[in-house]
Amino acid sequence: MLTNACDISPEILHRFLYTMLYIRLVQEEIARVYPEQEMRCPVHLSIGQEAIAVGVCAHLSKQDFIVSNHRSHAHYLAKGGDLNKMLAELYGKQTGCCSGKSGSMHLVDISQGFLAAVPIVGSSIPIAVGIAMGVKKKDQQNLTTVFFGDGAIEEGVFHESLNFASLKKLPIIFICENNFYSVYSPLSIRQPPSREIFSLAQSHGIQSFQGDGNNVIEVYNLMKNAIEIINNGDGPVFLELKTYRWREHVGPYYDNNLGYRSEDEFNLWIKRCPIEGFQSDLLEHGLLDLPTLNAMKSKISSQIHRAFNFAKTSPFPDKEQLMKHIYKD
Amino acid sequence: MTRELHLYEAIREAIDICMEDDPSVYILGLGVPDPKGIFGTTLGLQEKFGADRVMDIPCAENTMTGVALGSSLVGFRPIITHQRVDFSLLSLDQIVNQAAKWHYMFSGQSSAPMVIRMVIGRGWGQGPQHAQSLEAWFAHIPGLKVVAPTTPFDAKGLLIESVRDNNPVIFFEHRWLHNITGPVPEGSYTVPIGKGRMVKEGDDVTIITFSYMVLEAMKAADFLLKYNIHCEIIDLRSLRPLDTDIIFTSVKKTGRLLVIDNDWKTGGFGAEIISTVVEQTFGYLKEPPHRIGFPECPSPCSPALAEFFYPHAKDIVKTVMKMMKKEISDGEIPQMHTGPLDVPDASFTGPF
Repeated sequence: MLTNACDISPEILHRFLYTMLYIRLVQEEIARVYPEQEMRCPVHLSIGQEAIAVGVCAHLSKQDFIVSNHRSHAHYLAKGGDLNKMLAELYGKQTGCCSGKSGSMHLVDISQGFLAAVPIVGSSIPIAVGIAMGVKKKDQQNLTTVFFGDGAIEEGVFHESLNFASLKKLPIIFICENNFYSVYSPLSIRQPPSREIFSLAQSHGIQSFQGDGNNVIEVYNLMKNAIEIINNGDGPVFLELKTYRWREHVGPYYDNNLGYRSEDEFNLWIKRCPIEGFQSDLLEHGLLDLPTLNAMKSKISSQIHRAFNFAKTSPFPDKEQLMKHIYKD
Repeated sequence: MTRELHLYEAIREAIDICMEDDPSVYILGLGVPDPKGIFGTTLGLQEKFGADRVMDIPCAENTMTGVALGSSLVGFRPIITHQRVDFSLLSLDQIVNQAAKWHYMFSGQSSAPMVIRMVIGRGWGQGPQHAQSLEAWFAHIPGLKVVAPTTPFDAKGLLIESVRDNNPVIFFEHRWLHNITGPVPEGSYTVPIGKGRMVKEGDDVTIITFSYMVLEAMKAADFLLKYNIHCEIIDLRSLRPLDTDIIFTSVKKTGRLLVIDNDWKTGGFGAEIISTVVEQTFGYLKEPPHRIGFPECPSPCSPALAEFFYPHAKDIVKTVMKMMKKEISDGEIPQMHTGPLDVPDASFTGPF
């Protein structure tokens, strides 16, 4: 990890760890309570993929926009999305970020620049491109970042979007989280073996980079470089970041028993945990001590406890909510 | 002041007014600034407003609809133009999954105002993929509004209203209406979405239709006067929301309902109207409701086949006579169309 050799301040490194732990612990708690059957909507957990969201969002302010996909928890939390509203949404409550209308696959926190998450694969990409086009038309400085997976790059709309974003030199960063699986279907049966994902963006005339999505420092530096390119007017930029989903595609459990991926492969990625290695490295180099780490965990735990309590005790939406907000007056 | 304008000019004027009034309005579509200017509806707009607001686009219907949606999230009001409905099918994901649900999905915190213009083809060998209408598909979706004007007056007023609406609006334009003329006031005015238009009053049969088929219904109604049959014609103008008041009032008066689709009957919009009428005003019906639509095959190219595919005034006359229990032979019904059946009038010489 080389936390001691990077030029990132200890405060920022602590923030990386804190945010990754926060995202991990929120989701582990979701997984723990999911079998209670009170959270009655699909959940796509980002456990194992925290470093990408944290390394990317560390560069973004509330004025910068994000659009995300079905696996959006990490992006939402890293961008500063309200935890109470997120959990209340998962519980189908009136206090949820969508008043219980949409669930885990449609998180939103406009006040934090998290404009939307939508689960149709690839469908979020042109919407983000449109946001970036609108920003450019208005001559504003907000940066737009869109997250999607390795499955999305197989969609026609991905190529249409890259073509248009490149044509118009839009201020947008495309983040492909390559976790090697689309549900249970591995990359090997979906994409040609000798062609790298990031090379597709290059062929659309977009500056493209590839990196270790489980290394938060590497992600942070790639994003920093991407923003410099955008600020020079040479956008868009494409980042392919390799990572791994630990749990099942949708739901709280591990699913190695299904046999679609090997135990060896799984264990290899567990060893590459984005948090564990980073945390040990900080401790080893004296950039973090155990009391500070424990204080972080305890602060996060109490926030999570309060948020779950808020969500569970919040009221369900009234029947009148059903027919509300179909059209805007 | 009111002048006679072609419908395509009325549409162009509406876009012009919306863009003058509101800098957030822009128009995009394949060929929007090209020399033909979408059948004349966008001619001269790029010269006036610039390439940034009158945008030609790549052949990427789905993405460009998403781009329009994305831009609406940061304050823009896009008008998307498809030269045929059939091309818009590539963008159904963005229309149906995203735009239609955006306001509801995010519980009123966000919305996606946009107008999607779709041109419906007919005749001149448009064939299987250039003459669909599919209005029932779009009208099926909560969150969309669907309008289909007939006259130049309504086209202008409804388009201005659609651009100002805070929701996604599907705006159907029939290719055979672009060159009709009618009175159109200068300046800005609106026609409300969700209100039908009484085209012609009558006591015997209610004919409900919209867009181009209103013209065929008017020809049929004129002819039927010879037989002392008085048709009441309603131009729906909007399919969603639907003006059920104007429908029920008329059916209660005439007791007879004929619905004319510009589409296949199975699962068509006419089926929806008949269901609604049967549910709400069954007791007033003197006759079973009837409907006219496309035969259940794709639209053919050859004029020899197309003659039997698209409904004409003649078909309306036959159906109304049957509903009125009056005899008429085919030979007694004239061809109420000037020139060949595969063009709207002699001025149309193709190519599409």
